[in-house]
Order: sequence, then structure tokens, then C-alpha cells
Amino acid sequence: MTVLAVRGLAVARGGARALDGVSFTLDPGEALILRGPNGIGKTTLLRTVAGLQPAVAGEIVATPESIAYSAHADGLKGALTVTENLTFWREVFGGPPIEPALAAMDLTHLAERPAHALSAGQKRRLGLARLLVTGRPVWALDEPTVSLDTASVALFAAAIRAHLAAGGSALMATHIDLGLAEARVLDLAPFRATEGSRVAPASFDEAFA
Amino acid sequence: MLSLLLRDLRLAVRAGGGFGLGLAFFLITCTLVPFGVGPQGDILARIAPGILWVGALLACLLSLDRIFALDWEDGSLDLLATAPLPLEGTVAIKALAHWITTGLPLTLAAPLFGILLHLPPAAMPWLVASLALGTPALSVLGAFGAALTVGLRRGGLLLSLLVLPLYVPTLIFGAEAVRRGAEGLGASTPLVLLAGITAATLALVPFAAAAALRVNLR
Repeated sequence: MTVLAVRGLAVARGGARALDGVSFTLDPGEALILRGPNGIGKTTLLRTVAGLQPAVAGEIVATPESIAYSAHADGLKGALTVTENLTFWREVFGGPPIEPALAAMDLTHLAERPAHALSAGQKRRLGLARLLVTGRPVWALDEPTVSLDTASVALFAAAIRAHLAAGGSALMATHIDLGLAEARVLDLAPFRATEGSRVAPASFDEAFA
Repeated sequence: MLSLLLRDLRLAVRAGGGFGLGLAFFLITCTLVPFGVGPQGDILARIAPGILWVGALLACLLSLDRIFALDWEDGSLDLLATAPLPLEGTVAIKALAHWITTGLPLTLAAPLFGILLHLPPAAMPWLVASLALGTPALSVLGAFGAALTVGLRRGGLLLSLLVLPLYVPTLIFGAEAVRRGAEGLGASTPLVLLAGITAATLALVPFAAAAALRVNLR
């Protein structure tokens, strides 16, 4: 059974159509990597799939509340400790306990440290640990490996593999090779919206998207 | 929902959270006015209801932009918007947290500041009652303004301009209730109107604020 199906999707950013006619499906246990040059609309596509902005055209079929979104900003509060940050997101999303997530991202020894005292890579790992405690099957990841070192990238790849093995799926925009041989790659370049569609927004929603 | 409320309260009382900012501003206003107006008790007593209400309103305004701006900056707002909790609930909870950290302390401390302004003792219960009934509306309307201006850099000025007109009815009936209480007249009519404004605001504004947030998150 398909967990996420996107058909003929068009997305807009800042009043200009970015991508047009994107179609793909995602099955349980599957990973799909979005590729494309900077500015093509990978972030916009992920935000649209996650439900943060409306699609200009096309449709997104997904189980409600099945998608966990992770962006450049990790949603961490510097004044709270690692445990407090993670516990908060676990309670909001009603997911599994935090201890396995801390262990998976090698954060157990930092559990009582305030988030403002973490390094950029450690913050990123905490942001990714949040995905584990949402308990959601589909991960929509925007550049998940930014500021991670090689060892942390390996940790993250292992976490994704475990997620896929447990029947989850992942949709990610990334430039580096995660070593996920089984992942499919979708090149977005053919879906770049033509210049003509930039002149007049097709709808009110597109003008303000 | 409870965890969001607890998180916001915890953030407010930790370093840099801004708890007590509104209260300090209220204290400054109420201490400076007698110096500016002069020590005549009768004049102070006459203007005290208005000063106390304007002071409380401005103190509330001071911390409004923090309701959503901080969560916007660190990406929490995106994540909250994709959470199982409806955005209307998020808005209501964050407005409640704002009220607990500003409106509630102001209400409790107001009688003390009333003494500084020679407010007659008879008006004290009315002052507390009117603030208790009126300040929740200030927080919810403020959350709406904060939702409208969340993506803007230096949106504080615009926020104040948008929100102040909405605060006027609350200010009028709140100060009127205290004034009538001070003069020994029946103050229940303005108090009931004040409660009515607050009830309508609490019921309707979270939906408007959530809609504004959805547009700003695009």
C-alpha cells in the first residue's frame, strides 16, 4: 500500500511557480531522494507535501498526520535541556519514549545539557532525534545532513535504515551520498516550471504562496 | 496541550524569557505618574483608574511580539503546525501562557500600585475584577496581532498599531468600571460588558489568529 502519492503537483514560492507536474509515490520501507540544483524548489516541494503550504495544482494523497517534517531549523529552545526539548516534542506528537532516540543519535551523554550549549552538529542530531519520537511513518527531510560530520552522517543513515526496516518511509532533499543503495532518486530538473507560468499567478493562493 | 503550556511557562521564567518585564513596566509607570502630575491626592485619585488601565495595557503590549516570533525563528512554529494539535489550540494555549506571565501578575499586583496612585480603597475590588476579566482579551487579541506580523522583521511597531484599536473597548469599559467603583456608583454594567468582550474574543479570535498563521507559514 502506498503511504504517499503525489500526482501532477505544482508548487509556488514567492508568487512564482517553481515546479510543475511532479508525480511520485512512496511505499512503506522505501526512501526517495530529491535531487536538483539550488533554488529549484526542493524545500517548497517538501513544505507543500508536509501540508505547510497549499499546492497550486495537482494532488497529494497521504494518510492524515502521517508526515514528520524536518527543515533547516531544528525547533530547539536554547533555555531547555536536551531531554526537555525532546520530551516536549514527544508529548506534542504522542510518539514513543525518548531514550532510544537519544541513544540512536548518540546524545545520551548530553541529555542534561542546555540546548544552547550544544555544537551545530549536536543540535542537528537532536533535531533528527525529534523525528524518532514523533512516531510518524513518513519523514520529509530537508537537507538533513547539514553540519553533520562523517560519523554522525553514518548514525543518521543507520537511523533511516532502521526506520525503513520498520516499515517507515523517507522523502529527502540532500546533496550528499548517504550510502542508501536502496533509495530511489528523483531528479527535479525536468519539472522546473517554464518561464511563461511565472508572469501571472494562476490563482489567488499562488500569488500569496 | 498541557505540555505546550508548561513549555511556554518554563521558557518564560528561565533566563532571557522576559517574565516580569510587563510587571516592571507597570511599576515604572505607576511610580513616575505621581512625580509628573504632582502630589495632590485628589487629582491622582481622579486619574488613577485611567492610568492603571493604560499602564496595564501597555505592559501587556510590551511582550506580545514574543508570542510567536521566537517559535517562528527557531522553526518550532512549522513543527507545531504539522503536529496533531490544531493550530487554533496552539494559539489559544500560547495566549493563555502569555496571560499567565503578564495579565495575571498585573491583576494581582494592581492593588499595590493603586495605593501609589491614591486610588480609594473602595475601588480596589473593582480594579482587580476588571483586570481579571479584561486582560485575557488583551492577550488573545495580542496573539492575533502577533500571528499577523510573525514573519516580519521589526514587526513590533506594526503589531502595536494593529492591536491598539482592538484594545480600546476593553480599556474604556475597564477604566469605567474602576472609576464608578471609586465613586461608589454601581460598576456592574461596565464589568458585564467587559466580560462580554472577553468572552467573544476568546471564542472567535483564536480562529482568526490560526488563519493568519497559516498564511504566514506558507
